This record gives sequence, structure tokens and C-alpha cells, in this order.
Amino acid sequence: MLRISCPYCGVRDETEFHFGGPSHISRPPETVDDSTWSEYLFVRDNPAGLHFERWLHAYGCGRWFNMARDTLTHEIRAIYAMGDPRPDL
Amino acid sequence: MTAHREGPYRLEQGGLVDRTQPVPFSFNGSGYMGCAGDSLASAFLANGLRTIARSFKFHRPRGIFSCGVEEPGALVQLGEGARVIPSARAPVVELTPGLQARSQAGWPSVNFDLGRLLDFVAPLWAAGFYNKTFIWPSWHTYEPLIRRMAGLGRAPGERDPDRYEVGNLHCDVLVIGGGLAGLEAAWDAGRAGARVVLVEQGHRLGGEASWDRALIQGLPASSWLTQMVQQLNQMSDVRLMARTTATGYYDHNVVALLERTQKNHAGAPRERYWIVRAGRVVLATGAIEQPLIFAHNDRPGIMLAGAARQYLRRYGVAIGARILIATNNDTAYALARDLEEAGVSVLGVADTRREVPEAIRVAMQSLSIDVFPGSIPIDTRGFSALRQVTIGHLSADGSRVEARETVHCDALAVSGGFNPTLHLYAQAGGKLAYEESTGALLPVTQHPSIQILGAAAEKIRIGPRASPVGDPKRQWVDLLHDVTVADLELALRENFTSVEHVKRYTTVGMAADQGKTAAAPTLELLGKLRGVAASSLGHTTLRPPFVPVTLGAIAGREIGERFAPHRLLPMHDWHTAHGGLFQDFGEWRRPVAYLQAGESRDQAMRREALAVRKNAGIFDGSSLGKIEVHGPDAREFLDRFYINDLTTLKPHRARYGFMLRESGVIFDDGTVMMLAPDRLLITTTSGNAGRVGLWLEEWHQCEWPQLRVAIMPVTDQWATVSLAGPKARTILGKLATDIDLSPAAFPHLGIREGTLLGIPVRIYRVSFTGELTYEINVPANGATALWEALMNAGAGDGLQPLGMDALLLLRLEKGFLHVGSDTDGTTVPDDIGWGKVAANKTRDYIGKRSLRLPENLRTDRLQLVGLSGERGHPFVIGSHLRAKDSTQVTDGWITSAGVMTLTNEPIALAMLRGGRAKVGTQVEVYDGSPVALAGRAQVVNPPFFDPAGDRMNA
Amino acid sequence: MQRYSFLNLAWQALRGNASWQPAWREPRLKTGYDVIVIGGGGHGLATAFYLARKHGVRNVAVLERGWIGGGNSGRNTQVARSNYFYPVSSAFYDHSLKLYEGLGGELNFNVMLSQRGLIALAHSEHELEFLRRWCNAIRMNNVDSEMLAPEEIKRIASPIDLQGRFPVFGGFTQRRAGISRHDAVVWGFARGASNLGVDIVQNCEVMGFDIVGGRVHGVRSSLGPITADKVVMSVAGYSSHLAKLAGLRIPITTMALQAMVTEPVKPVLNAVVMSGSVHAYVSQSDRGEIVIGGGADAYNSYAQRGGLPQLRATIGAVLELFPSFSRLKLMRQWAGRVDITPDTSPLMGLTPVEGLFINCGWGTGGYKAIPAGGDTMAHTVAIGTPHPLIAAFGLDRFKTGALVDEGAAAGVAH
Repeated sequence: MLRISCPYCGVRDETEFHFGGPSHISRPPETVDDSTWSEYLFVRDNPAGLHFERWLHAYGCGRWFNMARDTLTHEIRAIYAMGDPRPDL
Repeated sequence: MTAHREGPYRLEQGGLVDRTQPVPFSFNGSGYMGCAGDSLASAFLANGLRTIARSFKFHRPRGIFSCGVEEPGALVQLGEGARVIPSARAPVVELTPGLQARSQAGWPSVNFDLGRLLDFVAPLWAAGFYNKTFIWPSWHTYEPLIRRMAGLGRAPGERDPDRYEVGNLHCDVLVIGGGLAGLEAAWDAGRAGARVVLVEQGHRLGGEASWDRALIQGLPASSWLTQMVQQLNQMSDVRLMARTTATGYYDHNVVALLERTQKNHAGAPRERYWIVRAGRVVLATGAIEQPLIFAHNDRPGIMLAGAARQYLRRYGVAIGARILIATNNDTAYALARDLEEAGVSVLGVADTRREVPEAIRVAMQSLSIDVFPGSIPIDTRGFSALRQVTIGHLSADGSRVEARETVHCDALAVSGGFNPTLHLYAQAGGKLAYEESTGALLPVTQHPSIQILGAAAEKIRIGPRASPVGDPKRQWVDLLHDVTVADLELALRENFTSVEHVKRYTTVGMAADQGKTAAAPTLELLGKLRGVAASSLGHTTLRPPFVPVTLGAIAGREIGERFAPHRLLPMHDWHTAHGGLFQDFGEWRRPVAYLQAGESRDQAMRREALAVRKNAGIFDGSSLGKIEVHGPDAREFLDRFYINDLTTLKPHRARYGFMLRESGVIFDDGTVMMLAPDRLLITTTSGNAGRVGLWLEEWHQCEWPQLRVAIMPVTDQWATVSLAGPKARTILGKLATDIDLSPAAFPHLGIREGTLLGIPVRIYRVSFTGELTYEINVPANGATALWEALMNAGAGDGLQPLGMDALLLLRLEKGFLHVGSDTDGTTVPDDIGWGKVAANKTRDYIGKRSLRLPENLRTDRLQLVGLSGERGHPFVIGSHLRAKDSTQVTDGWITSAGVMTLTNEPIALAMLRGGRAKVGTQVEVYDGSPVALAGRAQVVNPPFFDPAGDRMNA
Repeated sequence: MQRYSFLNLAWQALRGNASWQPAWREPRLKTGYDVIVIGGGGHGLATAFYLARKHGVRNVAVLERGWIGGGNSGRNTQVARSNYFYPVSSAFYDHSLKLYEGLGGELNFNVMLSQRGLIALAHSEHELEFLRRWCNAIRMNNVDSEMLAPEEIKRIASPIDLQGRFPVFGGFTQRRAGISRHDAVVWGFARGASNLGVDIVQNCEVMGFDIVGGRVHGVRSSLGPITADKVVMSVAGYSSHLAKLAGLRIPITTMALQAMVTEPVKPVLNAVVMSGSVHAYVSQSDRGEIVIGGGADAYNSYAQRGGLPQLRATIGAVLELFPSFSRLKLMRQWAGRVDITPDTSPLMGLTPVEGLFINCGWGTGGYKAIPAGGDTMAHTVAIGTPHPLIAAFGLDRFKTGALVDEGAAAGVAH
């Protein structure tokens, strides 16, 4: 079970959180072509290794934040606020 | 002292059992006596019972092989009926008065099993045999027989009468293992002020030390132990848990434990599953002794040497009257010494090593115990229990046997080395590799938060482990699954060379013991057979749980209603008291109808629907979602979610609309209401109340944090009492209120805040039934009072409570959508007739761009239409449709259906391919098993009733 | 090919089983082939087999970076069914089930297909309506399916609790559905393919592609470069990684899907039982273990192990359906890496790189698709255009929005 350190509440069990998919995806304006729009909707990097992703402390403070986690080992490498840029790891 | 003729027996003294307290138990229906402190296995041995079970494939007799959870032989069923426990390991079952144990295989009995006939054609059932036959005519011909022969125990047929609990613990240090090393580690950590949890599988702390006689720090072991436990118990942050096994490591130092409680009273849980969050973990888990491999090494009477010693010193039981010992390492000599001391005949020690350490030779000499260096058992005899062992004297290089001798014995204690118990370490990602000199899987990496201590960290060097001669078909590697060396050879012969392939092909290590006494020898043998270093082979993945865990324990008390609590409406008690018939709608219990005396559900529905059309109905709509959005940017924010233009929404007005997923698919429908320019209230479907709230938060926090809004879900805080029907205004007007209810002052799609009977309320005029409707939000705690007041006020006007059945029928007559029934995960706005609204909105909103993807612009999509049918032939939801001359497998399906309240005509809503263009035509309706033409329907435009909406606009 | 039969089994047994031949050859890796299949799981091996068997294309190598069947093929819960909603899915999966029905004979390898039936449960009136729509859809697709009343379900799956927290309102069954032995399917296809000349190369990892001018010319592997005009990527769990090596980004998210078994007990459950809303599917293997699966763990993972919360949720769900299983003991749990696509339908067919084909995105339902996956990919590779049965599953459907959303039909993963 992942133990996640919410930036606002401290370390809690994974069951208090919702996973929100990858971070740092920019929503394109509606003027883009079908190909670009469908990439935004569907295509993902899905790395085997360091992954930047969003989490919500659903059964806690209700805040979203970002996490850098290794998808092979589940090691959490960094936790940073929503809106902050990707850290250099 | 009486000399015993044959078989295991209880010594007159010695051990930690209390011979003055006999404990009765039964095995296969016969009664026996054990002593307080016995395990089931020691009690079996004390009573001379040797054949306890039968092996899986060949039904060979199996006895007690070990003294722990690694037991591959003596698996029994405990208890009867609803309390049965299949596959209990006799060595770890505490003997309690009245315990009932049964063998799990063997017909007619475990001592005389006809299944043994399979053993006589054993080569036919070599590994993988079922891949090569049973093909024709089909597997079904043979499967029933195979299935009946498989399986070890019987599943209970009844509900589990026992309770379980799940507990949670946090600690700085989790010490797994309550032997010497574990206790010392706990003490060190405790002294340093850490929060410590120590778990010990057995019912007493101390492990070997509790029955060993060595001195610890100058004290007799038992005294040292008592002192240590006392000191630990005095540390307030140290928790000692006996009868508790660590079963698995699950990321981030979270470890699951299984505690076998003593169940002191009827309500106590039988087991507890603990989830421990540890700062770091100490593995003081010891090591599991491994067997020697030789022909007929599976007979009852052959046991691991460490186990034999524990039976002697802890339980006062000798495993035989004439015991031979065979070993490839130093440890088994302690058994020899202890047996000699207890007056049990030791026939000698065969040591596979050519050089036996001097100190040991001298010690054995002084006890007059013969030692045979460079010797290994090569065969055994005995029909159902051991009678004799053939010892082979090995050549210098160990590859041949130069001389043999036969020893008549009734027990053979073997020691083939030790494999440290490091399952949790491996589960935590620690890497293990086979190491040749110890014949064990040892760690090759350091884990940052797992420390290995004690016997689990010891390296015990071994000599040869396997006999160089003997029929490989009769040399067992896996006692439970009947896997032999010949099976390993066969696997390699057929190119199943990777260790995982060998495992799956032969099933070695896949039985209930998960190969605890098979893994290491298998690797050694594979290395030899393949001519490569065993250390290069890798190993199969060690998976949780370390010992089998009762499913009920994992669920704990989260069963039944606690697994998924129902949500009840604020007026639930009133509904129950007034004939409410409830159904589940997602998590909610909602009344589908209010049955009056003698009424069927259908009759109630028709009465209620008629009441609404003619007079009025009152409906509890509290489960529908309600979310308030406050802030200067509230309208701007919400506008980004709906296909509807919200910029034109005025204060005190409501607008019905749809939210989409970014893919363009309809997510939810509801009403947006402006209480004030910076205070909006939206409604959602019941099922999506939570999801929509989260959706709004997600976009606000992650994408548009600059918008100044606060989002407040208030679904539970406000109840919704819905008053619908021609007389709704009249009835509502009878209650004292400061809200002007006149149609001019409060038109359809208006929202007003004020009081009713002095209670603060918000009332909005939105209609799902198509009648004049007032949806009243009232604080949930005061809702029943208002409901009852309205019921009283409307008594003379024919007001009746309205259930879901009638509600869904009334809305169907109006062609109103029920999201989740009439839509699914593919429906876009145009499919339900809202395409223009969605396209005309110039500002961007979630999902907008997707509506222009080619697939969403097709005209042959499934589109919502109405169907009208013949009286007496109601439509069935889920029926499929086919248009005339259709070339498709199906052209759509019926999503909602009913019979009109006032005219009794069957009507339906359906998704129909290119439906709008088919209005006015006929389609075929298919349903049934096998599917067949069930009727025909006319495609029409909904609504079926009051298309102009005069009633709800009144 | 040395024939498997009872007679041969008996004959070999008499001779000490000493002359059994390797199930598949240990080949000498060539420097080039006509076709390279990357991924030695069920789909890859089936593709190679059908290429050789049906299209006469035998100069094929299957490259497997570990041991064949070591990925999801060796970790799943062995369910085979074709009760799918959309005609395109239905046609595909029923083709697969039909191939499964003849597979033992075709491969001369007992895959232990046990068509004891599968039951999908409805726990409310609304769910029952939805199941009826689904059941009718299956029948309109000309595939077997029938609605069942609760008493009939109890007769087939007797340990089920009809009156628990999730009462059973009914369900439907596909009687031809069932389970088979996953290792046997992998080994059977391997043996068949190898016998027809396909080289099966284990411990060979593909590290890159040789792509020039938008066309594939071969791969770079841990055993050296290998040329080929046609390359198939068939590596569930590492699809994104492999596609990236080819310069492609695909709509896949990889997650852990857990499975678990209890200790084996005597026969107690004869059908496969699935519940969408209670999120679990349960069957009993021929060895007697109760086999359990549930939803995927909620976040990206390549770890091939499941988390504790999902384990507890799945077991809780099973006990709601089968409370009498409470005293059975969990013996072992594991997980695979599944490719989740946005519409839970697979990705099959061509890629923007000429000569490079893709077969992935099977999510939680790849095992039942193995024979048809292999058959249609073999056709696609041999002919050069997607087999009609997989035309709807191409990569380009995400650009046009033509998703095939089998969310309900694919089982409990969603």
C-alpha cells in the first residue's frame, strides 16, 4: 500500500487518495486539428520508470497535488504543489 | 523406561508439555489423548500415528515432515460443518480439547487408500501428462473425474459463523520473529525510544530458546527469556504479539499480519488481519530446513532433523524408537546428542561430507554414536511407514556409491541445509540468488529499510544434498504435489528450462506449501541437470501471502452492509411507515412505490401516476446532487462545463443542461440555478453527485486556479421535497410562506429563497414529471416535518406520495431523458437532440472540440427516438430494434419503456441508428431466448404527452 | 512433430519417458527473417503459428525477452468468453472462442478448455435491464446467451448468496464460455509454431528498430541486429516502451491487474461468475483452487504486483457473492501489467511505420483473444491490410473518435 505524503496533511494511506493520471498535460485551444486534439485526449507517455502524476487527497484536505513516482518500484521521488513545474530528478 | 517397539512415542519426561493435563481429540473419528501444550502433530506422534494424509497425485502415505508452517505432509481438515477449516498444518495447530481432525484424502481410509493404485502406474502421470492426452473427443470427457480427484479439503457449505477483524498499527520498527534475535532487536529499539511491534508466529515467545538448554548471557534460556519478555512488556511503546504471522510486504514498509486469536468468548474474532505501517522492518524469521534427495525419501517416518529435535525437546516426543540421522551440515548432531540423553536409540549419523568437524566427531564418540562420513541415504523401504534405510558410502568425488549398508530403523531425521525465510524481503524488492556453499537463496542486495538478523542471516555450509544413485522417478522434490527428480529431468528434456517453466510444467512449489522445502533443492538439481551454476538460474517469484490467509480475515468486519453501506433518504422512516417498497439505486435505497392494502406494485405505480396527472404527488428527491458554486467567477466557471450558454442566465432563474466529458460524451444532466450573480446552485443525477463535485474541483484546482470560486457539495445538507401536479400550487399555498407563488411572480424555471413554516427553503420550478412542480430544498434535518405538513395540507386535494416507478413513467411520457438509462458511455449531445445547442455555444467548454471529431458528426449514429406500440403489448427494456431492410446486426435498443397513464398505450424511448430520419416509419423489435421478433413499433418524436409543456409552465 | 496421445503417453511411460522431444526447438538465431514477432506471449506465438500454418510464412522469429508466456499470458485467470456487446467485438471474440474450441485438436496439445459456462450477475432492477440489453445484443450477434432467473443461477453456482448485500436479481449466461489452461495455450502454440519452422528465441530483448524512410528494416536486439521486412509488436505491458523505440506514442496506460487463488478444495463451483458492480470474477480451476480477479489497481504500474487496498476490495466483493468461501485461505496472489486503452478495446493492425504492425491494448481481456488475435494478425501481416475482424480496432480510430467502448462487456475492470 502506498504511503503518500500529502503536502498539506502529512503521510497517509493510499486509500485516502484518488489517482488523477499524468501531470503537465496542457489543454489545447479548440482551434487545433483532430490529430492534435485526439493526442491530448488519448495518447500518453506511460513510462516504465519516473512518472509525473496528479493525486487528490480525497478523504482528507480535498487538495490536488503532483507526484513524481517510479512506476516500476512505486518509490515516490517527489511531491510538489499543483501548478508547480516538473522538478529536475 | 519402557522400550518402544516401533514408531513415534511420548517420553515419560521432558518437553514443555504438561502430562498431568490430558487433552482429548479425535482423528478420523477415533479418539486419542494428547497433553496440554501439544500441537496436533506432536499429539499424533505421541499416539504413534504416522500416516496422516495422502499425496496429491499418487496417493502415497504422508506423515509429519516438519515442525512448522512449511509442512508438506500432514495437512488435515479441522472441525465440522460450518466451522470446518480445510488444509490445517498439523505442526502449527494448537491442541485443544475436543479438536476434531480428519484426513483430506484417502478412500476408503487414509491408511488404506485405493488411490494408491495410481502410484503403480506413476510414469503415466509424469509431469505434464495432461498436456499430452485427454484431447479427444474433448477435455469435457475427462474433466469431471480429474476435478473430483483434485482439491485437498472440502469448502464449507454454510455461511462462516466466525467473525474477523482488521486492525491498523503504526510503528517505527516492526520486528518479525520472536526468537532470540527478534527479542533482542525489539529490546534495542525499545530502549532507544522507538515504537516497536514484535510478531511471533508461535504461541510462545522465544523460539528455539524456549526449549533449548543453552545458556544465554550466563542464564538458563528460560530465565533469560522470562526476564527479557518482562522488560519488553514494561516498555510502553513496545507491543508483543504472539500467534501472529507476517504474511506479506506491500510497498512502503506496509506489512500485513495474521493473528490467530484465542477466541476467549463467543463474540471474539477468530482471526485478526493487521495492517502495519512501519518505519523499518527487522526480519528475524529464522530459516527453514531443507530435505535430502534420495529414492523413496517421502515415507512417513522421515522427518527434518530440526523438527525431530523440537518434537523431542519441546513436546517430549521421540519420532521413533530406532532413529537414524542423515545430514550434510553440523546442526543435526544436536539432535543426536539430545536423543541419546533422553535414552532414545540413535543408530548413527550419516554425514554426506567427507570431513566431519573434529569437535563433533569427538562429541559423538563420547556418546557412542556412530558417525558415517561421506554417506548418504540412497533408498528406503517400508509399506506405509519407514522400516529400513539403505546408506550409500560415496566415492571421493561424490559421484558414485562405493558401498551400501542397510539400517533397520523406524525413523530417519534428515538435514539438507537451511533456507533463510526471506519471503518478505523478496516481496519488498530485495534480490536473492542461490549460493552454492550453503545451498540457499541468499540476499545479494541491501534493502534500505529491511534488516535481517539471527538465523535468517546465518550461512550454514552444506555438503552434498542429493544421492547420486537411485531411480529419479522415486526421488521426491515436492512432497505435496508429488514432483520427483524425473519430472525435473523431463521438463528439461522438453525444453522447459527456465525455472519458471520448470515450475509450471512440473508444478513443483505450486502446492499449498508453496515450495518452502522444495525451492532450494530444486535449484541445485536443475543446476546439476543443466550443467550450469545454480546461482545463474534465478528463482521463481516469492509471492504473498507467506502462509495461507483466511479470506474472511482479509475482509474483517467490512462485510454485508459494512462492505458498501446503503445511503438512506432523509424521509426514509416515513417512507417505510407508509408502505414504501424499496429498491437499490446505486448506493441509495429509494421507494419505487407506496403499496396500499391489497395492491400490487404495478397497481400502486398506476395509482400514483394518475394522482400526479390529476391532482398532485409528493416525491423525495433528496439523493439528487446539489452543489453550490460561489464567487465572482462562479458563472464564468460553470459556463466552461455546460453545453448551454450560461452567460444569459439571470438571477432567480434556472436552466436545464448537460455536462460532457472531454471526449464529448454526456457525463451528467442537471439544472443550473442562479441564486445571485456570485451564488449558483447546480443539480446533478443521484449517481453522479459525488463525481460532479470532484470534477468541478479538479478543473478548478488543476486547470483554472485563477478563477475565484468556492465549490460546496450540499447534497446531504438539503433534502428535496418535490410537489408535482395540477394542484401543487394550491397545496403549497396552504403553508405559511414569504414566497409569492403566483405564476407571474414565480414562473417555470424560476428559483426563490425564503421560508416555509418558518423553515429556510429554496424552491425551484423544474419538472421531471411534466406537471406543475415545486422542488423544495429544505434542511435535511427538518425535512420530515415539512413533508408531513404538505401531506396534511394536501389530504383533501388527493395528494399522494410518489415512488420511482411512477416518476420514471411520468417523465417517459414527456420524453425526458434519464441519464445512464437513455444514454451510455458513447452518447453525445446531438444523439439526444441537443446538437444545435452544443454547436451554437461560441465559448469553449469541456468536450466541445470533440463534438467536431468525424465520428461524432455522422448521421447514422444511434439517436434518441420515441416508440409507440399496440395496446396490450408493452415494450421490454433491452429489446433490440431493426429497421426495415437493415443490413446491420442491430439498429439499436429500447432504453426506457412504460404504458401511458391516461391512455394505456405502450411507449418507449430508444436509441435507434439514424433515428431522427426514421420518425414515421416502423421498426422490428427483438427479444427473448433465443432472440426472436417480438413485435413492431412506430418511431415517433417524443414527448408522448403535453408536447407544448402547458402543464409544467402553468 | 512427435504426436501427443494417450497411446504415445503409455508407450513413452513404459520406456521411462526418455524419448520425449523438446516442445519447441532451441534455434540458432539467424541474422534475418521474413517476419519478426516481438513478444513470446499467447498473441505473439499464435501469430507466428497462424502465419506458418495458414499463410505458409515460416521464416519467422518470435523474440521473447524473458521466458515465453512470462507476461500476462502466464498470469491471467484463464477465462474465455465471447459475450460482447458491439457486433465488431462480438464477431472477433466469438471467432476466438471457436478457435479455442478446436485448439486442442489443431495444436495436438490439451489446452484443457472447459466450457462450463459463464454467468454475469445483475444486482438491481436497473442492472437487470442493462444485462438484458447486453444479452439481446449478444444474441443479435448470433452468439449464444440466455437470461437466467436467480434460482437458475443458484442451481448452476450453488455457493452463491442470492440475498446478500448485493441481491441477485438475475443474470445471463454464455454456456460456451469457460476456462482453459493458460500455460498450455502458450506452450501449444509454441510447439505448433516451432514444428512449422518458426524460431522461438528466448532471452532476447529488442532494444531498438531499424527504420529508414518510414519503413522498418529490422530490429536491434540484445543478441545482435536482426533484419526483417515485417515486424509485429505484441508485448502487452511494455507496448508503450516498444512503440516509443519505433518513434510512436500510443493511447495506452499500463496498470497492475491482480489475480489470486485459494488453496485447492474439492469441486464446489462449476461456472465462472462475474459481477460488474461488485467488481469480481470467480471460478474454480481443475486443480481445485478458487481463482479470483477484480478491478485493476488504480494507478500506472509496471511492478507486476498488486496493492493491498485492491486485494481487500476484491476479496470483500467475492465474499459478498460467496460468503461460504470466507473460511477458504488465500494461497497466492500476483499481478500482470495490462494495457488499458481509452475504450477498453485493443489496438491492432498497421502503424504509421510501413511494415510495422501492432497488437496490444488488451487491457484485462487479452487471454480470450489469443487465437483470434494471432489469426487476424497473421492475416494482416501476410496480406498487408487489416483482417476484416480487426478493422475497427486500428490506431486511427482515436483520431476520428470511432471508439469501440466495451466498458461493460469487458468485465469488471472499469
